[in-house]
Amino acid sequence: MQSTSHAFKDNATRALGDAQLQKAMENVRGGFIEKRLNVVEKLPEFETLRDQARDIKNHTLAHLDLYLERWEAKVTERGGKVHWCTDAAAARDAVLEICRAAGAKTVTKGKSMVAEEIALNQHLEANGVTPVETDLGEYIIQLRDEPPSHIIAPAVHLTKEQVEADFREAHNHLPKDRSLSEPVELVSEARQVLRQRYLEADVGITGANFLVAETGSSIIVTNEGNGDLTQMLPRVHIVVTSLEKVVPTLEDVSTILRVLARSATGQEFSAYTTFSTGPKRPEDLDGPDEYHVVLLDNGRSAMLGGDFQDMLRCIRCGACMNHCPVYHAVGGHAYGWVYPGPMGAVLTPSLIGVAEAGQLPNASTFCGRCESVCPMRIPLPKMMRHWREREFERHLSPASVRMGLGAWAFFAQRPRLYGLFSGLAARALARLGGRKGRLSKLPLASGWTKYREMPAPEGKTFQQLWAERQRKGTGS
Amino acid sequence: MSGARDQVLGAVRRSLKRAPGDEAAIDARLAQHPRNLVPARGQLSPTERVDLFEAQAAAVQASVSRVGALAEVPEAVAAYLREQNLPGQLRVSPDPTVADLPWAEKAPLLTVSTGPARDADAVSVTPAFAGIAETGTLMLTSGKDRPATLNFLPETHIVVLKASQVVGAYEDAWDLLRQAEGEGVMPRSVNLITGPSRTGDIEQKIQLGAHGPRRLHIVVVEGGGA
Ligand code: SF4
Repeated sequence: MQSTSHAFKDNATRALGDAQLQKAMENVRGGFIEKRLNVVEKLPEFETLRDQARDIKNHTLAHLDLYLERWEAKVTERGGKVHWCTDAAAARDAVLEICRAAGAKTVTKGKSMVAEEIALNQHLEANGVTPVETDLGEYIIQLRDEPPSHIIAPAVHLTKEQVEADFREAHNHLPKDRSLSEPVELVSEARQVLRQRYLEADVGITGANFLVAETGSSIIVTNEGNGDLTQMLPRVHIVVTSLEKVVPTLEDVSTILRVLARSATGQEFSAYTTFSTGPKRPEDLDGPDEYHVVLLDNGRSAMLGGDFQDMLRCIRCGACMNHCPVYHAVGGHAYGWVYPGPMGAVLTPSLIGVAEAGQLPNASTFCGRCESVCPMRIPLPKMMRHWREREFERHLSPASVRMGLGAWAFFAQRPRLYGLFSGLAARALARLGGRKGRLSKLPLASGWTKYREMPAPEGKTFQQLWAERQRKGTGS
Repeated sequence: MSGARDQVLGAVRRSLKRAPGDEAAIDARLAQHPRNLVPARGQLSPTERVDLFEAQAAAVQASVSRVGALAEVPEAVAAYLREQNLPGQLRVSPDPTVADLPWAEKAPLLTVSTGPARDADAVSVTPAFAGIAETGTLMLTSGKDRPATLNFLPETHIVVLKASQVVGAYEDAWDLLRQAEGEGVMPRSVNLITGPSRTGDIEQKIQLGAHGPRRLHIVVVEGGGA
């Protein structure tokens, strides 16, 4: 996907003035936070499970080569094939080659952020293969020719009126006078239209939430069941995924699954967690004849052993963006590439370079809520600071940032936007403070109050931090 | 592509700068698959486990009915379909647990065929491998007599679960699976199913029946009769 991350400020300005988007974003500001809190309260062990989930991933990353080798051996033993790919272009080509060998005209796709990362749809289309997205949100944005705006709710930036208009335009074989104003009608129509596509497709492409070294399985976690139909009906199943997805055992993945759905959608467990291991067996009555895993590096191996290794623990739950006042205010598209919100602000510069995405780590109020909800305990604010420091050192930062003014300054110079923005942030925080309605009850109340008492932009804090680090001689 | 494989693994090793020698520890972890913290919630007596399973399944919009023996399943299925006003054509898994039930005798109004799901099939009946009480989750496995398409294509999915198959936690279900299949061996498809299909993709409002089944009904078989 072509990045517009360098234009974050312009993107953000436009987003703040987009009434339709602001209406849609209300759905994020509300639902996710409350749902997560409710479900977390029901599991007393939740915080300990987060610690263990972090430790499992840290252990795996420290031995990533060994686990990948063992996982691959199991995949091969089961009749599957692993395609190792150093970069996005290699991964795109690997998928296309498998599609060509299968004589594929149509491929169905389950939701995959890695497929977005490698711009797979564009590549397939350019080479005569038609990709059909089957996740409802992905299907909607494919009709609109837009990228996803959220990693688990790709169409969260749209209202149902917009979806209705898209369906009326795309499904013009259906009666014009049909009723389509309710979500239930939209869901039924998509179900009906897509059912045929599953049955026609030659190849099904899914992502993977996890790869299990013990068994050689790939796992998808969905609520719709679209990923399952995608991977079981066509003759060929391709898993497009990346190397940090591997975990050692079924026990380890169970621990991480316990924190995933709770953090993501506020569900105790998603409707479908499916473990796929190799192609159809001789005695099986259904399933694909071929099972391929296209395994992408694309900059991840370089993150190991450095300041950003912790980011490789990310399980793509979306909690950090669901709780981020900046994301709430500007939506996902403003971030300009595949991964939005706090996780995107850290990951994007690692994957596409700080020159392109250097503005993103400034898209933060440093309120700390992303870290407080991240199930994998990824220190997102700390890593955003790392990027700011690097950006400073490289003199890539625009003049205003070098003067110690970050995103806050940008808003502060525009009083109307600033008012809107800080109002949204405060409202979102009030909701997080939630049932008691008091900010002092926030998990990170002290951190937040500290920043709130300081009306000066966060950049000033950065400047101070920088000065301190320089004095201590620890500047990296 | 072995060039790319070496390149990726080489890059990983260069970044990690790890001294060699951890291989045995990694293999031991994979062979022993030690448990992490298992929540207390599911650690209950067998009857309490079944109660928790039922409550958790109901909380995610699955419906549950209980019967005293396997032979009573056909009547329970017929009653459910009648209540829901659903068609009486069943696509049943060839697995003997459900295929060999006395359908014709006990539910003569139902039409029963066996095999993998076809597009037109509206109702499927499949056997569970396990039920997991902590979240009301079913574990279904594919195999010789158990096509996975039955779990996803029909609008109504009916699952037969013996009370003796209900365990507390996911880890307990993995142990059962290892007993059945062997260490490190998985059926092609293992489905953990928690309630019917749903989506929140339109304005974050949950709708059931996105692509998979709109309805999930679980018949729990108490008592003996294996
Ligand atoms: S950074 Fe943490 S909270 Fe954000 S998506 Fe990744 S795992 Fe979830």
